This record gives sequence, structure tokens and C-alpha cells, in this order.
Amino acid sequence: MAKKPKNKRRDFLQLSTVTLGAVGTAAFIWPFLKSMSPAEDTLAAGSTEVDISAIEEGQSITIKWRGKPVFIKKRTKEEIDAAKMVQASDLRDPQDDADRVQKEEWLVLVGVCTHLGCVPLGQKVSDMKGEYDGWYCPCHGSHYDTSGRIRKGPAPKNLDVPPYTFLNDNTIKIG
Amino acid sequence: MDKNRKVHQFKNPVLNWIEFRLPIVSYFKKEYGDYPMPKNCNYFWSFGALATITLVTMIVSGIFLAMNYTPHTDMAFDSVERIMRDVNYGWLMRYIHSNGAAFFFIIVYIHIVRAMYFGSYKYPRELNWILGVFIFLLMMATSFLGYTLPWGQMSYWGATVITNLFSAIPFIGEGLKTWLLGDYNVGNATLNRFFALHYVLPFVIFGVVGLHVAAVHVHGSNNPDGIDIKTNNDSVNFFPYMLIKDTVAMCAFGVAISAVIFFGPNLMAEVDNYIPADPLVTPAHIVPNWYLAPFYAILRAVPDKLGGVLLMFGAIVILFVLPWLDRSKVRSCNYRPIYKWFMMGFFVNFFALGYVGMLPAEGLYLLIARVGLLYYFGFFFIITPFVGWIEKPSKLPLSISDVYAKNIAPNIGGGEKGIPSPAMQKDTNL
Repeated sequence: MAKKPKNKRRDFLQLSTVTLGAVGTAAFIWPFLKSMSPAEDTLAAGSTEVDISAIEEGQSITIKWRGKPVFIKKRTKEEIDAAKMVQASDLRDPQDDADRVQKEEWLVLVGVCTHLGCVPLGQKVSDMKGEYDGWYCPCHGSHYDTSGRIRKGPAPKNLDVPPYTFLNDNTIKIG
Repeated sequence: MDKNRKVHQFKNPVLNWIEFRLPIVSYFKKEYGDYPMPKNCNYFWSFGALATITLVTMIVSGIFLAMNYTPHTDMAFDSVERIMRDVNYGWLMRYIHSNGAAFFFIIVYIHIVRAMYFGSYKYPRELNWILGVFIFLLMMATSFLGYTLPWGQMSYWGATVITNLFSAIPFIGEGLKTWLLGDYNVGNATLNRFFALHYVLPFVIFGVVGLHVAAVHVHGSNNPDGIDIKTNNDSVNFFPYMLIKDTVAMCAFGVAISAVIFFGPNLMAEVDNYIPADPLVTPAHIVPNWYLAPFYAILRAVPDKLGGVLLMFGAIVILFVLPWLDRSKVRSCNYRPIYKWFMMGFFVNFFALGYVGMLPAEGLYLLIARVGLLYYFGFFFIITPFVGWIEKPSKLPLSISDVYAKNIAPNIGGGEKGIPSPAMQKDTNL
């Protein structure tokens, strides 16, 4: 339906007022929403250096990095072999053991279950280690193998490997 | 201003002075004095008033707790212990607040059961039901936020598990989780904002409760027979009849909650929450508060992360559309011989889900949770629409007064079986 020029001008004014109001409101809300994101000091949480000389074969330690537990395990020969024997294509989150370690006896993992964020058991000798002899999450029953890969249970992904470098044979820098 | 506006006249000149400037006196007289309540309402109809009183109690005890609480990861746990040991009557404030939360859910669950069994969600009270489900959602969010504040092991790991639910959303999940937490894991930023939100949400609930009450007062309260008020004979005034009845209910409730607060204040608490939060050690069994356990059982019953999260939220969202899933025009299950049993089965099933939600998700418990999950959604998607279609309802009374007349002479107001009574015909013509 054709409108008179007068109505068109009214429509234009109405549309531009509403648009300006919407854009203005959005611009006003943005800083409030953004203030809820991690702050600069949280982002700059940095890196942690760890002395690994005292860790025996088969032993595993837990350290805190960016508020999360990180597992550092010196794997035994059997554990390395068990991790290597698995066909990556059979896994839920396919990954070869070689892609998850820098030196094969040292396994470094973020100790947070990829299901709902619990800390899996398996760090202590007395802990349940699950059906694949790695880690077992008590919250909802996820089993991880000796490479920290998900094998059974509700978790969708393998345990994360954090960024790390060997500063020398006895020191790892995480982050 | 219309000078000819008709102003209510009261005997008290102060009330007249106020009424002339702000017609709040007549409003209260209309909504809480002369407001007609169906005379057949039983004590199930007192739970709305009980819920309101509990909400006010929670807000008051919460404000006084906040005066002594410190929302910082290093000090939160100790400040709660200080409230328990050193603050005058601090233990009472805290036990009122923690047990009050549990009782709030008990009351609201009974209130919801009432609304479902007697069909209060049907025309013309659908919006009222929607507002109610919205209040229920806000309550769950508020209780979750509040449970984080004491910063014990269950606080920390409960917050971790629940916020990780959001990470199941494809693509944006991880970012959304980080944004909600203000950090990469539950930390000080999280505790701070949870406290701020836990403080403000109850006032939002209060506002929605206001709308919820205003909405029910438009068409009046439902009743156990699910038929409308037709004459003055069918109703009694809110004041004094319902007020007194609600007061009796409130006294009984006061006895029940006092018994728990004074003699078993930790009956519904988790022992692990008296251990300070430790981000490196997860408790062996993470359990939610019992009143959220049915939904937790649904989450764990699904062997897929995203699927579990979707079904858990779906279990609540489905409630919003109940008024449109139910095709029957008869409100009260007292007159629905088939649906009545499925409805009771739904309540038993919900209870069973809550029971297994508190236990480890394995073996028989997991099986029960899965069967319960199927019945929960089956009830809404299959049973409710289907039964409404095939069921032949019992004959409704002609009026609310007729219910009482029948008790004396069963034939009064009778008709052939299966012929809808006038009350029902009115409904079907809507």
C-alpha cells in the first residue's frame, strides 16, 4: 500500500530512533558483560617450574598450575608399552601416545576430568586407577588409560596435555 | 485528573486520606479481604501462603547472614564458622537459612503437586503456571548459588560440576563457562559474583511471586473439584476464613521446621561441606542438595555429556508447555479415572529419581534412573496428550455447593452417566 510522503518521514524517524536506541543500549550493556570475563591479572597467571628429579619410576605428583591440578607421572616400561599398543582409531578421542608426550617416560596432564571437571583418582598408590590402569573419575565413572586417554565412561575427551618444556633433565616448565 | 472519580469510603479517616491519594486500601480490601475463595479448598491450598512466608524468612535470615559473611576464597569458610561459633545467634540464622531452603523446596514441590493433580495449570490459569515454573527455575538457580558460598568441598565441587554443564554446548560452551566463572576454574571471581547474584535473585523471585499472586487473583483460585465459582454460595471471603485456615497451616509448618532447626539441623546437610574447599581433591561422591537430585539423576542417566545436559534442562522446560500437552478440559484428577493413576505414578517416579540421584550412578541405581527418565518424558509427551484424548471423565458436580449436597443425597444434580454436567459443558464450550 502506497504511503503518503508524510508517513514515510514519520516511519524513518521512528526506525532511526529505535535503531539508535538499540545500538546505544547494546553499547551500554557490553562493558557490563565484558567485566564478567577473566580479568587481566587472572589471564597473566603465567607459568610454573617443577623439579622432577625426585620422582621415582611409576610415581606421580600433583602440582597446581593456574588453579588447576597438573599430574606429572614417570611411567614404567609396562605402562608405556600398554599406552603404545592401543590403536588410536579404536578410541573415542583418537590420539597416539607419541602425540601426547615429549619424552616417553614423562606424562604431563591437566588433572581435570573432561566430563564435568572433577579431579580423577590414580595419583596415589592406594587410589582406584580404573579398568585401564591409568586414572578413574569417581564423580561419574570415566576411565582413563596410562596415556590419560578416555576409554570408558561419559567423558568426551582425553585428559588435556598442558603446554610444557623441559628446561633440563630435572626441570619442567609448565605454561 | 477525573474529579468525579469514585473514591471508596471507609470509617477510619486516616484510611480515607490515604485512599483518596493512593487507592491501596481498597486494593487490599478487594484482594485480601473480600477475595472469594472456593469453599471446598483443602489444606493443599495453604502452601502458596506458606511458600510466601518462607521466602520472606529466607530473605530476612539471608540479609543478617550477609552482615557477617566474607565472600573471599581465603575467608569464606572461616567466616561461616565464625557465624556458627562467635556471632550472637549466628548458628540460628544459619540453620534457619539452610533448613529454610530445604523446606522452601518441600513446600513448593507440594504446591506444584497440588497444581498438577487438581489441574490448576489449565485454562484460564496457564500464565499463572508459567510464572510458577519460572519461580521454580529461579529458586533452583538461587539455591545452587547459595550452596557455593560456605566454600566447603561440596560447595566447590558442586559449583565445578554444574558450571561445567555449560561446556557441553558445542562451539561456545568453553567460552561461556569461562565467562560465567570469570576464571578458568571456580575461584575467587566466581565466589564474588555468586554472592552478588545470590543476594539479588530472591528479590527477583519476590517480584515474580507478586505477578504470580496477581495472576491467580484475576480468575480466582482453583479447587479440589476443578469447577468454577458460580454463585456466592460457592465461596467464602479470604478474610477471615482463609486467613485463619492458612494460620493453622503456618503453625503446623512452624512446628515441623523448628523441630529440624533445633533438633536435627544437619539432617539434610552433607558432611563433606564441613571440609574446606580443596581444588586438588574431589570428594568420592559428589551429591547435589536432595531437592535437586531428581534432575541430577536425569543428567547421569544419559551416557553422553551433551545429551545428559539437554535432557536435564529439558525436564524443567517441558513443564512450561504442560497446559498445552494436556488436552482434557476436566481440571481435577478426582474426575479423571485413568489419568489420576498416571499422575500419581509421576509423583512416585519423581521421588524415585531423587532417591537414585543421591546414590552412585551404577548398577541397579543407574537402571532405575533410566527407567525413571523414560517415564518422566513419556508422561509428558505420550501419556498426558493420549489419555486426555481417550479418557471418559466422571461426571462433574453442577457447582461447588452441589459437592456438599451430594454427600447428603447422592441423586441431587444427577444425570445419566457420561452426560456432561452443565459445569463441564461450560468448559468444553470455551
